Amino acid sequence: MASGAQDKQYTPSLLSFFIYNPTFGPREGEEEKKILFYHPSEIEKNEKIRNVGLCEAIVQFTRTFCPTKPAKSLHTQKNRQFFFEPEENFWIVMVVRNPMIEKPNKDGKPSTIEYQEEELLDTVYGAVVRQCYSMYKLFNGTFGRAMESGGVELLIQKLEKFFYRYLQTLHLQSCDLLDVFGGISFFPLDKMTYLKIQSFVNRVEESLSLIKYTAFLYNDQLIWSGLEQDDMRILYKYLTTSLFPRHSEPELAGRDSPLRPEVTGNLLHYGRFLTGPANLKDPEAKFRFPKIFVSAEDGYEELHLIVYKAMSAAACFMISANVELTREFCEQLDGLVGPQLTLLASDICEQFTINRRISGPEKEPQFKFIYFNHMNLAEKSTIHMRKTASVCLTSVHPDLMKILGDINCDFARVDEDEEIIVKAMTDYWVVGKKSDQRELYVILNQKNANLIEVNEEVKRLCATQFNNIFFLD
Amino acid sequence: MAEEHYLELSENPVQFEHASSVNNVFFDEANKQVFAVRSGGATGVVVKGPDDKSSVAFRMDDKGEVKCIKFSIGNKILAVQRTSKSVDFINFIPDYPHTEFTQECKTKNASVLGFCWTSWNEIVFITDQGIEFYQVFPDKRSLKLLKSQSINVNWYQYCPETAVILLSTTVQGNVLQPFAFRNGTMTKMTKFEIELPVVPKPAKLTLSERDIAMATIYGQLYVMYLKHHSRTANSPGAEVVLYHLPREGACKKSHVLKLNTTGKFALNIVDNLIVVHHQSSQTSLIFDIRLKEPDCAVNTHQPVLPARSIHPYRIPLSGPAAVPTQPPVPCQLYSSSWSVFQPDIIISASEGYLWYLQVRLPPTVHLLQDKGKLMDFLLRRRDCKMVILSVCSQILDGQEKGSLPVVATVFDKLNQVYKEYLEAEQSYTAAMESGPSRGGGAQKRPVRTQAVIDQSDMYTHVLSAFTERKDVSHKFIIAVLMEYIRSLNQNQITVQHYLYELVIKTLVQNNLFYMLHQFLQYHVLSDSKPLACLLLSLESTYPPAHQLSLDMLKRLSTANDEIVEVLLSKQQVLGALRFIRSVGGHDNVSARKFLDAARQTGDQMLFYTVFRSFQQRNQRLRGNPSFNPGEHCEEHVAHFKQLFGEQALMKPSTV
Repeated sequence: MASGAQDKQYTPSLLSFFIYNPTFGPREGEEEKKILFYHPSEIEKNEKIRNVGLCEAIVQFTRTFCPTKPAKSLHTQKNRQFFFEPEENFWIVMVVRNPMIEKPNKDGKPSTIEYQEEELLDTVYGAVVRQCYSMYKLFNGTFGRAMESGGVELLIQKLEKFFYRYLQTLHLQSCDLLDVFGGISFFPLDKMTYLKIQSFVNRVEESLSLIKYTAFLYNDQLIWSGLEQDDMRILYKYLTTSLFPRHSEPELAGRDSPLRPEVTGNLLHYGRFLTGPANLKDPEAKFRFPKIFVSAEDGYEELHLIVYKAMSAAACFMISANVELTREFCEQLDGLVGPQLTLLASDICEQFTINRRISGPEKEPQFKFIYFNHMNLAEKSTIHMRKTASVCLTSVHPDLMKILGDINCDFARVDEDEEIIVKAMTDYWVVGKKSDQRELYVILNQKNANLIEVNEEVKRLCATQFNNIFFLD
Repeated sequence: MAEEHYLELSENPVQFEHASSVNNVFFDEANKQVFAVRSGGATGVVVKGPDDKSSVAFRMDDKGEVKCIKFSIGNKILAVQRTSKSVDFINFIPDYPHTEFTQECKTKNASVLGFCWTSWNEIVFITDQGIEFYQVFPDKRSLKLLKSQSINVNWYQYCPETAVILLSTTVQGNVLQPFAFRNGTMTKMTKFEIELPVVPKPAKLTLSERDIAMATIYGQLYVMYLKHHSRTANSPGAEVVLYHLPREGACKKSHVLKLNTTGKFALNIVDNLIVVHHQSSQTSLIFDIRLKEPDCAVNTHQPVLPARSIHPYRIPLSGPAAVPTQPPVPCQLYSSSWSVFQPDIIISASEGYLWYLQVRLPPTVHLLQDKGKLMDFLLRRRDCKMVILSVCSQILDGQEKGSLPVVATVFDKLNQVYKEYLEAEQSYTAAMESGPSRGGGAQKRPVRTQAVIDQSDMYTHVLSAFTERKDVSHKFIIAVLMEYIRSLNQNQITVQHYLYELVIKTLVQNNLFYMLHQFLQYHVLSDSKPLACLLLSLESTYPPAHQLSLDMLKRLSTANDEIVEVLLSKQQVLGALRFIRSVGGHDNVSARKFLDAARQTGDQMLFYTVFRSFQQRNQRLRGNPSFNPGEHCEEHVAHFKQLFGEQALMKPSTV
């Protein structure tokens, strides 16, 4: 069927995103009070109320079937809605338009639209909603906290301020299995260099006793976290998808490029602040740092987040928000950390190159795989290209990514170790393995391979890449 | 105030009758014996040595004033010099004739300055015109000249440890000619010149015997020259200049010790330290030539510690004259009647005491603020172990708590020494294993000095108590443990399991499981079976420990049985079966163990599967699916029959 006009593909996109609390406007005519945040804001008030009401009704209705597990999503032809109750009575709803194909018709008739209702995965977008909340909480604390300190007005203000910016950075079309995992990529390192980093962290924390926690990253990969795992998980997400990409462009720019930040005249080291003052020498410099909330023994604690980077090594220092940070402190930190971190960064780089040379970069077969360990949140993907600020590129077709997501759903359903092998439409084989808390997904492109060969191939991969962990065959 | 006297006189001095008009006292540096000669020997000679064995008393005829008296090594032959021409000998070997015999010096018109024994029967005469080396034949009561050398001699010094005699020659006396003696041979070593601060005109003897001493320091022979302050040179004080005298090759000026003061000095060597006594201030300084001075020119040294006097000493009034109620009398230190001998001897002839000078290490700890330098200093001392360990404890808690970089420096210094010892031990073992024939015979087993502070020392005396302290933050405790582990790793020393246990215990007590997890992830805590078992025991409080433990067992690759046990205990029977098959151990495992576990799960299908799997194995191995009696599976066979019926059992294949 040769047709003049091409089919037009539309990726999933964000239709609306809102947060409400049904207890805030229980009476007729006060429904608007329930709404704490609504995107897009220009929607007419009554429609907002209607949409919120609908969600409320669905959640209420489904609760009758299972009081402990209310509805998580609603599938319709055109879109899909995700419900999430992060704190009691606070609901976050995200509405995503299904991907669609627009087929032009002959004879000038309006083109037909085909919605691909089954393309979206609940697990992926459910995870995206949860991530939205976690990110809000990282920078603002819980909804309840805002309510306590400033009532609904403050909460609305905070939500507005945070989500207005944050929603623009959501790229729903490139969400996939990695969003479900929300893992952390760890930097491979030899023991000695790791101990040097330990030593560095301990010394800095000792001499700058204000520092409560430290995290250390290299090449956007984690090496050390003084924070607990769940806090590190979301901070890592923020650092790698938002903060670092924003600062990498000037670094990549040439020496004389105007993009490059003015080197502060310090030739002894390459250290600089990624949060807080851009230039310590600037008399106008402000010593304000973003504040984050992390879990503490008694609820939450608020911290200044100082991110300091020298070459590819980044150290995050967290200091109680009760302390006011001064120019003197920042200068002291710069003077102490800058030279050491510069040295350490070049040490790590050197060690890394040596290790690479030993193991031989091209020796390992080019498997496409995703690995995730629920226990330490370690993730590794050879499918994803380097993340940038805007998009996360994958090197495989979205159909295959969807198969991975489906296998993941199957794994989530049972506790047993499993292995699933799928022959995809396009000559690809997809293998999913689950052993204890670990999951491994492999994509093989072997046209005429049979099941046994595929199995052998995966065994080979496990033997080369995962020989140092207990991974059942 | 803390105790600051870092030098002391030995507790039990050698006592002898003090010098008087009728009693002459002589000291022999070679045998460290004091001779008290009464009335030229007629009324008795009492010899006191460092121990009772070397103490002797005897009589000899008074044949004139005794100028010098010494036993040969082992108290075999006594030599007495009474005139400037000859030396007399008396045998002390039982059954040998006891009558004296005499040897005159060979050189005409020469006068004997003195003599030195170099072995039990070899003696060197030093005359103003040269030296004569003799062998004594006590049975024949005669001497044979082995070798002689003529040279003008002003004075001489003898170092018994190395058997080297140093002669002062030339008019000014500052050209020194050393000779070495060994097994009947005499070797002339390279002569050298001492730089004098002022060259006198006209030339006259300027270099005094008193200003030169010889001693071995760190196994090397040095000539020490006490260079007095001169007004013309712009030096602020006197110096001690050290000349290194190697067995072969030229003597070189190697170290300069700055005394920063002037006056009368005396030198001792104690535990490889150079002690300089200053009489007018009644204090002593110590120098360590191995201690590098960062702010000085290469081999110029400042005193290690501030000047302090020797620890006050009280003379115990013992012996027949002692009255019990009388308190001990304080001894006058730095008295002008003291004579100082090498290496560590101080004699008060007028009071009749011989002391050994000793270094007390504990006071040095407070006097040396720089802990790195303190460690360098302590690690070279003989009885240093407990002091070093106490310094380690000190820098970890209390008022003198050091910062992490200081702690790290101290650890690095300890482990450097520890590593050198381990390496020496290793190469010794390797040499022994390759057989003594292959030139390994010469290799000596390395000596473990007190400075070798190993992990068990640190654990027992420092770390285990430190980690128990409640007043120290756990952050600091962990940082210190990691610093110690880092230092060991940096020196390629295998870390002992008990240190890991300490780390884990501290982390677990403080609920820092995620930290522990990260350490394991980067293999900071090296894999071992005990560690894996320890992790398994943590599973109930920290579930991920299970995975960490299994991973570790897997990496060990010698712990397959343990992995099976772990999986079976978790009722992961199929997992265990799959694992044992993947490592090729399926044929040898106990079927009963698996069947027990499968039956315990209560899952009948699982039991069926496992049972059949073992029947297949039996079939493959023995051509028959039934179990051997030795496998003790009767109970399970019965259970299987009961569940699934007789006909479900695999029949022996007829093929």
